[in-house]
Amino acid sequence: MERIAVVGVAQTPYERRKREQTYYDMVYDVTRRALEDAGYSLDDIDNVITISNDFWDGRTISSMAVQEAAGAHDKNVSTVEGDGTFGAFYGAMRVLAGFRTTLVVAHSKGSEGDPRFITNGMFDPIYHRPLGIDAIASAALQASAYMSRFGATEEQFALVSVKNHGNAKRNPHAQLPMDLTVEDVMRSRKIADPLKLLDCSPVSDGAAALVIASESAAKRARTRPVWIKGIAHCAEAYFLGDRDLANPLALKEAARKAYGMAGITDPRKEIHVVELYDAFSYMEPLWLEGMGFCEAGQGVRITEMGTTAMGGEMPVNPSGGVLSAHPVMVAGLARIIEAVLQLRGEAGARQVEGARTALAHGINGPCGQSHCVWILGGE
Amino acid sequence: MEDWLKDVKPLTVKGQIAMPYTWSVGETGSSFLVALRDQTKILASRCDACGTVYVPPRKNCPKCFTDIQGSMEVGPEGTVEAFTIVRQGHPLHPAKAPFAYVLVRLDGSDVGFLHIVRDDWDKLAVGCRVKALFRAQRTGHILDIDTFQVI
Amino acid sequence: MCVDLGRGVRDIMARRVAIVGTGQTHHRSQRRDVNGREMIREAVMRALEDCELTIRDIDAIVIGNMDHFESINYVDTWSIEGSGGYMRPIMKVTTGGTTGTTVAIAGYYHVASGLFDRVLAIGWEKNSESDTTGAIITCSDPIWDRFSYSGAIPSLATEATAYMAQYGATQEDAARVAVRERTHAANNPYAHLTRPITIKDVMESPMLSYPIKLLDVCPRTDGACAVVFAAEGVAEKICPKPAWVRACSVRHSYTWFGDVDYDIGLLSLERASREAYREAGIRSPADDFDVAELYLPYSFAGLKWIEVLGFCKPGEGPRFVWDGHTDMGGKIPMNPSGGVMSTNCIGATGLLRVAEAAIQIMGKAQKRQVPDAKTALATGFGGCWWSDVVILSAQKP
Repeated sequence: MERIAVVGVAQTPYERRKREQTYYDMVYDVTRRALEDAGYSLDDIDNVITISNDFWDGRTISSMAVQEAAGAHDKNVSTVEGDGTFGAFYGAMRVLAGFRTTLVVAHSKGSEGDPRFITNGMFDPIYHRPLGIDAIASAALQASAYMSRFGATEEQFALVSVKNHGNAKRNPHAQLPMDLTVEDVMRSRKIADPLKLLDCSPVSDGAAALVIASESAAKRARTRPVWIKGIAHCAEAYFLGDRDLANPLALKEAARKAYGMAGITDPRKEIHVVELYDAFSYMEPLWLEGMGFCEAGQGVRITEMGTTAMGGEMPVNPSGGVLSAHPVMVAGLARIIEAVLQLRGEAGARQVEGARTALAHGINGPCGQSHCVWILGGE
Repeated sequence: MEDWLKDVKPLTVKGQIAMPYTWSVGETGSSFLVALRDQTKILASRCDACGTVYVPPRKNCPKCFTDIQGSMEVGPEGTVEAFTIVRQGHPLHPAKAPFAYVLVRLDGSDVGFLHIVRDDWDKLAVGCRVKALFRAQRTGHILDIDTFQVI
Repeated sequence: MCVDLGRGVRDIMARRVAIVGTGQTHHRSQRRDVNGREMIREAVMRALEDCELTIRDIDAIVIGNMDHFESINYVDTWSIEGSGGYMRPIMKVTTGGTTGTTVAIAGYYHVASGLFDRVLAIGWEKNSESDTTGAIITCSDPIWDRFSYSGAIPSLATEATAYMAQYGATQEDAARVAVRERTHAANNPYAHLTRPITIKDVMESPMLSYPIKLLDVCPRTDGACAVVFAAEGVAEKICPKPAWVRACSVRHSYTWFGDVDYDIGLLSLERASREAYREAGIRSPADDFDVAELYLPYSFAGLKWIEVLGFCKPGEGPRFVWDGHTDMGGKIPMNPSGGVMSTNCIGATGLLRVAEAAIQIMGKAQKRQVPDAKTALATGFGGCWWSDVVILSAQKP
């Protein structure tokens, strides 16, 4: 793969409800700031990929709301409807195919719709939608499968919430920085067993943008380039019952391919920081297993041991993760951006010292049916 | 220019996408729903290439991508693979919270079947046995199975 | 009016990519016999058969439709059983009416990037499952546009009246386009509407929004289309006459309907086509193209947009069409497939333009074949006045 890099990034603060800004306003804001970050003008952007979802936006052709705000006027542009990691994947392909730069921008206002109706829409209209299932109830089923397979406990999952909300205190963009104890999580309102309020991510408003550049275009950028070493994605079966929910096959395949591209043979040793998509507390240990950082069933163990804490051997979600801010569609792009900031040494109070290789991750579809893995390097 | 903006209180406009849909079930799915309605039977189909028995029945195997012919009956009893007790209600739900969602490995099938447990959800455990209970009036709908019950 | 953008400079040389196979369903108003996934699989199986591959040969999938027509959220993950996405990379792209060409272009970039050798691009729509206008209206801004000027037809009607006022074109001129599309559709075994119509039929059809009558505009269709893209070195082994992608260009310009200037040409089509023509070395469209599959959602587009594309001068569209240049056997046959006015499964419609153009170059067009087609133009159009352009050629770039 040719050398391509992320050269510009920007995020809005993630909030429960952004009353003063429309999608257009948010997208314009992060587009302008990502360009400033890169030291580029709009003329330096060859093409644009926007990311949005018609259900979340309450609007058919949701990309129509933001094309101009994303600087796409009189440029080649396309739109991915899926998590930001997938949209950025397309943006990377377009640079590999000859565009010198691609601006990738995602937006979401979870505050404007009802997430239950919206996520119920992911499910088959004939067999599953009439049962009223949504993102949280399906995740609860996955947590149930994971717990019964490996004996993981709710207290062990709670440790992830405690860690990530605590990490969020050092992230000025995060919506929910909190000082929590395991007790706080265990006593929080039950939504769908075993998931309680503090096991679940919020639904947020926000936008994010990044600029991908070829090696020579990166030379003209203001920032130190962060190289895209490996990227891959993979999807597994659709019907929840067709899957082994405690065994993330699609993630294993995506990680395998991404590691292969990046020349990584021992992820635990070679990856210094991880930003993964923890939409729910149990997802962090489950995805860590899928990424090969530990054996199956050991994800909660390495959390308990402090391996994944700030200051631990391999910090996971120093940003606070998706548990601390969940603008749907944007959250995966935010994971890439956080990894970029780490590798640039620009992560401020949440900086992982000496981080040279990072993994960023996003999911699409119910219970992580589809996963996208990014390996980024500072050199 | 910016001064007057400070005193403006942002408004919202309420709306809804309220549209009727008529989804085509297809012939394979229709045979499943008709069997629920007319025979209180749960149909499945088997991929000859990999041997997987799928419920609801499929026209092709998701893994092998080859056509599947025929069907067979599975259940009505099965084993719980995963469950969750829904504590927070919503208009979308077919039952009043608390109730449970279950993934049931129906006897004879190789995949989990997603449905609900209305009443005895407090008896649920992974590995316990459940049975499908049918409604008296059925229309060819997934909720012709009214609920699963712990046995 | 034409702006030279000079964006030819590339740092990384893209791999060359060709279309090596296509498949589509027999398009109908209602396919009650299959659900959406099953319908998609029909097109996929036919595309795989067309190039003698199996799903195991496919490295990645890209799929597109317009969400609210079927109300499926996250179509990529929903589609697995039908698209063949099990344990494969799959992503969804969607851009309204241009979705089909957006899907084709995404398929191209997947392969051109060097990351994948054989990619399946799928466009589909089951319009029978919903109220099409009810769904389309939700594309408009909910605060400014949705309650005043919305749906597909009003803006097209405005363009038509402006064009008629500017050049003295008549409704009969537009009807001649509608007649051509339906005449061509009779040669296409997959087309939805194939019954021949006359100018009189068009003129007497019910008025929807002046001057657009029922037979001036596209139907709504259930259908799917799948296209296989392959890399140089691989394509030649799969297909004897691959259709090489020479250029693809996109301009999605307006965001609010009120910004559209109806007195000028379709700006997005002009810009996208000029960029694509430069890339592909097209100097005189009427001479350099052997066949065109144009996204014409209504009859007047067949007069005005062919001027914008440079096939003839502004105002000369009607003359060009009446002279027979765009009929089978003419100088530049347009829409041998019957076009959008004969088949409109929206998520597939743009992809069908690319597929039909490829079928011409691959020499597989049977009764609708333009003899010796070497260079083909395919376009996509959608709300809000967006345009996509794809140029295919029998010659590797």
